[in-house]
Amino acid sequence: MTHLIDVGSVLRATVASLYSNLVTRPTGAAVRTAIERQVVEIGAPVVTTIDFSQVNLLDFSCADEIVAKLLLRYRDDDGPSGFLLFRGINDGHLDPIETVLERHDLALVAWHEGQAELHGAVTDDERDLWELVRADGPLGSSQAAAWLNAPPDEAERQLDSLCRRRLIMRHDAGYVVPGCHLPAS
Amino acid sequence: MTTVISVPPSLDEQTFESVIEQLAPVPLGQKILVDARHARWASPYGLTALLCVAQSREDRMAFAVPEHPDTLSYWSRTGFFRYAGELFELHGSVPRARDAHESDVLLEITPIVQTDDVHGVVGRIQQKAGDILHGQLGLDTAVTGRFSMTLSESCQNIVEHAGQGGWVAVQSYSYKKRLGRKVVVIAVCDAGIGFRNSLESSPGHRHSDRWDDAMALEEAVLRAVSRFRMSDKGRGQGLAGIRRFIAQWHSKLTVRSGTARLAITPAWDEDVPMTKGMPYFPGTQMQITIPERIGDAAPVATGARASRSRGRMP
Repeated sequence: MTHLIDVGSVLRATVASLYSNLVTRPTGAAVRTAIERQVVEIGAPVVTTIDFSQVNLLDFSCADEIVAKLLLRYRDDDGPSGFLLFRGINDGHLDPIETVLERHDLALVAWHEGQAELHGAVTDDERDLWELVRADGPLGSSQAAAWLNAPPDEAERQLDSLCRRRLIMRHDAGYVVPGCHLPAS
Repeated sequence: MTTVISVPPSLDEQTFESVIEQLAPVPLGQKILVDARHARWASPYGLTALLCVAQSREDRMAFAVPEHPDTLSYWSRTGFFRYAGELFELHGSVPRARDAHESDVLLEITPIVQTDDVHGVVGRIQQKAGDILHGQLGLDTAVTGRFSMTLSESCQNIVEHAGQGGWVAVQSYSYKKRLGRKVVVIAVCDAGIGFRNSLESSPGHRHSDRWDDAMALEEAVLRAVSRFRMSDKGRGQGLAGIRRFIAQWHSKLTVRSGTARLAITPAWDEDVPMTKGMPYFPGTQMQITIPERIGDAAPVATGARASRSRGRMP
């Protein structure tokens, strides 16, 4: 099950109809609260896509309140199940988003022009493995082991680490990048 | 007895210090006349800081307005008298207040008291900022969004930390004396509690013998420490983002708070990184100067994540 949340609509409905800029911390907190309410009402779908395409400007405070704090909630043991994806992130949004992700040691998967992208705090090895999953997924641990030139249990450990960070998800035949086989609509 | 504070003919971030030097020794409760009759020019910093002078004392000060009609006209177009009339007892003839849409100023002096004010400032300046920064200063189109972000974070510092309202103004002008090219200047000034008091209010604050306004400035501006940092790891990123903006666009940042002033200076300027022991002035006064791009020289600074990429592509 997938669910799409348009942040621009949430912003206009939550704070004021005139705003198209996600600026100030109270605004970000109000929008995040509204998104969390939607997630609870829907009942934790497998993949929730947060769409920024209708957002003109995003500042550091709002990036922290919305992107970082949503991801932190999903990382909590008692947080929502499922996966959080992002889309509609333009080049102007990237600087504040990358900044807050690094501050909190977080990473996210975003879709841009039909391609999944990985942003935030990841090691080169994690990124390489994630890109392999994106290119060849569903990817089994034996395939990952061959590519990593490592024992299967080590490959499984690294895949599991990405999975716990919600950057890839388990699929029948292995691991996939969220959204690849469960397209958001 | 009335103490007369003379406003220098050219009022900017540096010459404003003479106003503070005159004001600081005046005992509380003494009558003050701020004499701007001979002022001919003022930067956004000078004008917003003058409003902070009025907010720095409980007693209402008198204010003698500039005599030169061009100066009066320009100060009026910036919106200065709209607020000066409420804060000072004005002496002299003041032109009628103009509506914002009549003004040629990039962003008129605007009070920042609450979150909605920040939304208003960012919303109003975006189109004009694009025209000036990209059209006239020749900077990459990406600068517009980051400029607005910088403005937003600067103004939020007032709402979240100053403890009282402040002022923002933005203007572009030719900075011939020092730089020989156009600049856009953002001034964000308040007469609130300042960085030192703000950080001291944090539960995690540890007082040391070295603790003073200069150290508070270093903590907040250079090390992204916020009074909310203990309860929220995400705090303090606004000033860090402003620092990245000025590095990326070869800009200059100065922040004065209490008795100290910090400057982050690009290659085109010379300034003292930290000045201590200045005459006390309440609150925080910040100026960002963004220069025009000249020739093919890219304004993007090297290092320190000058630009974000969209990750590695396969």
